[in-house]
Parts: sequence; structure tokens; C-alpha cells
Amino acid sequence: MTTLGVASVVIYGAMFIVPGDPATLLVGGSKPNPEALAAVRRQFHLDDPFWQSYLRWLSGAVRGDFGVSLVYRSPVSDLIASRALTTILLVAYAAIVIVIAGVGLGVLAAWKEKRAGVVITMATTVMMGAPTFVMAVIFVAVFATGLGWFPVFGAGSGLTDRLWHLTLPAFALAFSWIAYVAQVTRAAVRDEIRSEHVDTAHARGVPERLILRRHVLRNASGPILTVSGLTVAGLFAGTAVAEQAFGINGIGALLVESAAKQDLAIVQAISLVLVAAFVVVNMLVDLCNALLDPRAAGRAAR
Amino acid sequence: MSALLSIDRLRVELPAAKKGMRTVIHDVSLDVQAGEAVGLVGESGSGKSMTTRAVMRLLPEGARLSGEIRFDGISIPGMDRRALRRWRATRVGMIFQDPRAHINPVRTIGDFLFEGVMLDGRLSTSQARERISHLMRAVGIADVDRRLNQYPHELSGGLLQRVMIAAALTTEPELLLADEPTTALDVTTQEEVIAIIDELRRERGLAMLFITHDLDLAAAVCGRIAVMYAGSIVEEQKADALGLATSHPYTKGLLAARPELGRRERRLQTIEGRPISAFEVGDGCAFATRCPRVRDRCRQERPAPTQVPGGRVACHFIDFIDAAAGSPAVGSGGGTR
Ligand SMILES: Nc1ncnc2c1ncn2[C@@H]1O[C@H](COP(=O)(O)OP(=O)(O)O)[C@@H](O)[C@H]1O
Ligand SMILES: [Mg+2]
Repeated sequence: MTTLGVASVVIYGAMFIVPGDPATLLVGGSKPNPEALAAVRRQFHLDDPFWQSYLRWLSGAVRGDFGVSLVYRSPVSDLIASRALTTILLVAYAAIVIVIAGVGLGVLAAWKEKRAGVVITMATTVMMGAPTFVMAVIFVAVFATGLGWFPVFGAGSGLTDRLWHLTLPAFALAFSWIAYVAQVTRAAVRDEIRSEHVDTAHARGVPERLILRRHVLRNASGPILTVSGLTVAGLFAGTAVAEQAFGINGIGALLVESAAKQDLAIVQAISLVLVAAFVVVNMLVDLCNALLDPRAAGRAAR
Repeated sequence: MSALLSIDRLRVELPAAKKGMRTVIHDVSLDVQAGEAVGLVGESGSGKSMTTRAVMRLLPEGARLSGEIRFDGISIPGMDRRALRRWRATRVGMIFQDPRAHINPVRTIGDFLFEGVMLDGRLSTSQARERISHLMRAVGIADVDRRLNQYPHELSGGLLQRVMIAAALTTEPELLLADEPTTALDVTTQEEVIAIIDELRRERGLAMLFITHDLDLAAAVCGRIAVMYAGSIVEEQKADALGLATSHPYTKGLLAARPELGRRERRLQTIEGRPISAFEVGDGCAFATRCPRVRDRCRQERPAPTQVPGGRVACHFIDFIDAAAGSPAVGSGGGTR
């Protein structure tokens, strides 16, 4: 909650000191007349002192009212709500891809260190360096224009159609994160494989598969979960690039567009929603970690 | 009769930090008969743990092993995965030095104990439970049901080591490997845990390889003692004959350097000079750099083990030592200082 509060001030404050005058934009024309400007300023409370306007904004925000977009001339919450599903779908899709592929590759690399480990480590090092927009261009060239398996543009309608449309964006978004999660997973699993209690399990003749499940993965799940959570939370911010590259009308694209047009109300609202999503995911991760580790649970209870 | 555990000219090399291999076990031969307790004693770094790890096939990655280790006539290095797993699960039990590191911290004591018993699939759940409660009481854990639901961090080191002992016994093994089972515990707990191990072992007629750096402790629970220095065994003797005239100079040094009875310290105060590692040993006797009786021959030629009454000693000058007055035997009450 504190995080959110601080973030809201920072977000609002940053928009407040941004150069450029939204009123000019609203009135239109390169040389607007001063009276019209003043009228617009009054209407949108543009001249109020910072704290006053911040508090007005915040009291609206907690009720889900982020004001009115100066560009679209419609409530910000409606604008966001109509695009939210697409973005959530995209993020969820990418998150599932990242967790399955990243954790899977990481575990494989650590468990079969000699065979798979070397290849996966090299591959993920290269993957880490590939930004979303580069992957977007490559994916479009290969799978959309080249092979024609996937559409180039848009978000589609209906669930299957949407998922089909979102496949390339989700993989482009996920690409470098898969590598990141894989590397962290590999390190965590490898540490656990070398731990002394795993020696004990070997010495007792516990089958390899059970050792992997009960003693390695179970114990490495904390760091894996944390990094996966952070990654997923970070996706909400990263989605802008993917949405823009694939012409998907989601929250990320709206954010970029609004920032360019200095549509402050939207930028503020989306920033706050993104921070909120980040905070919520983090809280979930902490909660799961506490459930997974009896020592942490003991500390929390005490 | 062939021995239950027979280690024959074991040599272990580990990959060194930079390049090449480092010898950590030179040439270790040691037998443990069924039902017999053998102590393996030596300073820290002499290779005791590596010897047990070699037996359990738990050597670090990249380790090279030569020589032979047999259990009941079967070669352990030669076992395939399945046979190895089966052997570990049913015929040998291992007690590690630090129970807190060697028991999975995120699983309950019950999980830990049941995991071992249920592996071979011979027992039903209720039989397993029966056996576990019985063993837990045998190692001195009173409120069994509560303990089974607790996590390792909720138990003291002494209790945790008792859990480890119980776990090692659940599968009714024939051989117990105990690697400094009390070094991580405080002094009063140490004595209790040793007493438990000793009693349960005798009751069940188990063979044991007992690793420690404490000669007196080894002599108290073992019938025979092997003294290890820099990766090789310098002497092997019946516990009550140790330190007599025919002993190796290193054993004598250990005995002479031990603290007064009653204020036993955790680490041995040892002989003049720095204990060397196995890889530093040249062509001669490993102990040559510290031996008070060293001769030219000791630096050039590695002594082969010589039969002496009650055991064998690897020293060129047994006869000479024989002539000198020996220190009193272990367990004869008090050391000579
Ligand atoms: N993982 C390892 N890699 C390389 N060398 C090791 C490793 N573990 C132990 N050693 C070396 O092997 C030698 C024997 O160690 P160890 O068997 O643990 O001695 P002890 O148990 O008698 O104290 C020591 O010189 C130690 O430095
Ligand atoms: Mg050791």
C-alpha cells in the first residue's frame, strides 16, 4: 500500500512538471487566443496547486474515476476498461510461455548439466540480448509474412481467434524473459542439487526423480517463484512495445500514444494501474513464498 | 571369511581448482567385518570424509577413483544405478556430521523418516509408522507424534542428529557409516549421541565405520582403529593395543598431544609442524616432514604396511620404535603430558 501511495505521488508529480502545456493542445491551433486557453485551464483545473489537484485526482482514482481524457473527450476508466482484456490476455499468455519454457529449460540445464546445460546456457545468453521489438520484426517476417501461420496485425475477436492473434506478440514479449527465468532457475536448481541434504537423499537410495521433485525443485521453488513473479509483473510495462509492434489496441499502446499526445489523465491512470498490478503480483509472490518455506512461515507467525 | 566392507588400495583424485587432478586419498586399504566397529581417525583434511564418500559413491563431480571397494563381495564402484540405489536403500546407513545441513529444511521430520522406510516397498504404512516410532523412542525422542510434524529448524542439533540416526536405522542396514556424528554438537549432547549409537549398534550387531578426529572417542566405541594421515592409513591396530610400543610415530604423537581427560577439547592439539595434504606427499613417508625419528630412507621410500602384533604399521623403523619405550595404551586412564 505504501508503495502504491508513493508511486501515485511520483506519477502525478512527474506529469505535473512535464514540459509542454496541455491546454495549448486542447484548444488547438498554433497560436491560440489567451481567453480560450484560460477557459480550458479552468475547466480542467490546470492551474490548481500541486497538492490540491493531486488530492482531487487521488480521491477520484480510488473510486475508479481517473477523470476525462483531454484527447478522446471520454472517461479515462472507460478507455482503459475497453482495452484491458486484450492486454491481460497478452500478459497472461506471455507469462505462461515464460514460466513453462523458462523454468523447464532452467531445470533441464541444471539437471542434465553435461548434455543440455551447455547448449541451453549458450542459447539463453544470446536470447537475453534480444529485445522485444527485434523479435517482433523477426517473428513477423518468419511466421506471419513468410510462413503465413499467424496474422500480422490486430488482436482478433473471440477467445481462440484472439489467442491466435496474440501468439506472435506473446512470444516476442516472452522471448528474452524466457532466457532470464531459465538462467535464474538453472542457478537455483544447481545450488540445490549440490546441497548437502541432497547428498543425504542420494545416500539413502532415493530415486533420482523423487530427489528432483521432493528435494531439489521443492527447495528451489522460492527463488524461481520470486523471479517468475517479478518477470510477470514487469510484463505489464513491457507490453507497450509488443502492442505497438503488432498493432494491438491494448493498454500499453494506449499509454505510448497518450504520452506522445500529452494526454496526462490517461498516462497517470495507466501508470498507476501498472504499478498496482506490479504490487499485487509481488504480494502474491511473497504470500506463496511464505507458504512454501516453513522457516519463513515460522518467522512471520512469531 | 571375507569382510563385509573391504576397501582395497583405494586412491581418489579430485579435479584441482586450476588444472589437473589432486590426490586426496593415496592408498587406503581397510576391512570391516560383519558386526565389527572400526574407527577411522585422523586430523582434519586427512581424507576421512572422502573415504566414506568413496564408499557411498558420493564423490564430487569429476573425481577419479581406483582400487576396489567391496561390500559382501560385490564391487561398489562397479554397481549399476539400480543396484547402487538398492544397496544404499537397504544395506547401508549413513550418519553425516552436520544434521542441520543434511536434512532437508523444508520437509517435516516425518517426511524425512518415512521417505527412507517406504523406499524398498516392503512395509505397509502402518508397519513403517510402527518401526519409526519404535526407533525414535530408541534414540531418546519422547513425544514422537509431535516431532514427526515438526520441521528441522524447530529441533535442536542433538535431537536432529538423533533423527538422523533413527533414519539410518529404519531400513535395518548391515553397515553404518558415521562421519564425525558428534562434531557439530555441544559436549554434553555429544556423549549422549555417542552412547545411543554405540548401544543401538551393539544391540543390532551392526558393522560400523566410525570417523572421528578423537582417538579416545574412537577407542571407546570401536574394537579396531585405523589412523589416517595425509590420505593414507599409517597404522591399524586393536583399540586396546593402540599406543603400545609398536605404534607409528604419528599415532604416538596424537596420543601424547591429547588434552587431559575431563577437559577434552574439540580439536586435537597436534604434533610439531604443519599437517600436509595428500597431494603434497612426495615419494617418501607421508609423515616424514613432521616425524621426530625421521631418517633419509623415510624421505625417499614410502614404507609398506608391516604386520605387528594386533595390526599393521606403515613405518620403516618399527624395530627401532619397538625398542623405544611406548606411551601407555588408550583407555588406560589419562594421557601422558
Ligand atoms: N570438493 C572437494 N574438491 C576438492 N578437494 C576437496 C574437496 N573436499 C575435500 N577436499 C580435499 O580433500 C582432502 C580430504 O578432505 P576430507 O576427506 O574432507 O578430510 P577429513 O574428512 O579427514 O577432514 C582435503 O585436503 C580437502 O582439502
Ligand atoms: Mg570430514
